[in-house]
Amino acid sequence: MQDPTPLTTRRGALKCLAFGSAGTLFALAGGVFTPLDLAVAADRKGTAALGKPLFVQISDTHIGFNKEANPDVTATLNRTIDIVNGLPEQPALIIHTGDITHLSKPAEFDQAQQLFSRLRTTEMHTVPGEHDTTDPTVTEYFNRFGKASGNKGYYSFDHAGVHFVALINVLQFKPGGLGTLGGEQLAWLADDLKGRSASTPIVVFAHMPLWTLYEPWGWGTADAPQLMEQLRRFGSVTVLNGHIHQIVQKVEGTVTFHTARSTAYPQPAAGEGAGPGPLKVPPEQLPGMLGVTSVAVVKHPRALRLNDTTLA
Amino acid sequence: MSLRQLLVPSVQLLLLGAMAAVVSYATAAEAASEGSTIVMAKEFMFAPAALTVAAGSTVTWTNRDDEPHTVVSDSGLFRSAALDTNESFSFRFDKPGTYRYTCTIHPRMVGTIVVRQ
Repeated sequence: MQDPTPLTTRRGALKCLAFGSAGTLFALAGGVFTPLDLAVAADRKGTAALGKPLFVQISDTHIGFNKEANPDVTATLNRTIDIVNGLPEQPALIIHTGDITHLSKPAEFDQAQQLFSRLRTTEMHTVPGEHDTTDPTVTEYFNRFGKASGNKGYYSFDHAGVHFVALINVLQFKPGGLGTLGGEQLAWLADDLKGRSASTPIVVFAHMPLWTLYEPWGWGTADAPQLMEQLRRFGSVTVLNGHIHQIVQKVEGTVTFHTARSTAYPQPAAGEGAGPGPLKVPPEQLPGMLGVTSVAVVKHPRALRLNDTTLA
Repeated sequence: MSLRQLLVPSVQLLLLGAMAAVVSYATAAEAASEGSTIVMAKEFMFAPAALTVAAGSTVTWTNRDDEPHTVVSDSGLFRSAALDTNESFSFRFDKPGTYRYTCTIHPRMVGTIVVRQ
């Protein structure tokens, strides 16, 4: 008798173990992004149901971090890249939602780019995290990744009928610590979205959460409500963030919010401990707390589905 | 311009620690006239968060967290790189005034240096 799902096969179970610690895969289904398991996506039968993966989200690689919570962030990023490269169908795009580096050092950016060059999917779109913009002149990130935005940090593009919007919310902070988008960026977005059909699926990505997850730790963006006002008329909106090194997801009307795991180290849940620093866990637990997100277009009418995968 | 900015190599931290120990034996008034004062960045707070020093004093910030911090003046007067664990940043305050600063990685972390004549 055939097993009803790939996961219950021995092969599926092994894959499940293999993917225990690496990331998130997304597909858009019925207008809503839904997380899927990368282990399912890695199985051809599962993939057929998913459709072609549209993109994979990698976040918070923190190249340069070497503390107890993960002394080898290069190894865990390499593991993540292996998992993405091992997908039966390669995603068209990679999206990196920031904190590429830990200390904004040139050598960290160089190493990160060298590691990313091993991805079979070569088209990568990025936004910076606050760890990427601490160099004195705030130029290291932009020298390498600023071209798409004319060094502004925000830009948009279209792929497979989906409109992608990259936003930057780590350069100005509100007293108290929330990120901000700023009037100029919001005005640009209003212009960018003007005239677009409400049926166009929209994917918005930025480093810090675009909704307030936990204000005392600055886990949110002060003027995100003005952004949401602009996105309200669209039938399918997916908002992807990093920053908090753990998955938190919510659906509000036609908008799905999702934060990705880090490939480097986990962070505590909101409010647990002194602050949002590296969370030390027993080594055997670490892979299960790191990962990526993948997003696929599943069917017509066009739909996206999200899938989170860990490195475990 | 008499304002100086320097990164203190970690090798010198022990020396700085010794200086801090000396300062702690002095009275508050004397401490304010000492040449160097230390602010710790620990558990996502600057301690002391408010510090008064005499004009000409050098203030050194040292990161004691596993997470990097920055020391960035609100007015743009001084700006550290990201300080990894046990790294320090120093700035000499020559002009009297009130100087607010923030960690740009964790903007809830704020502090003030008051410089007196």
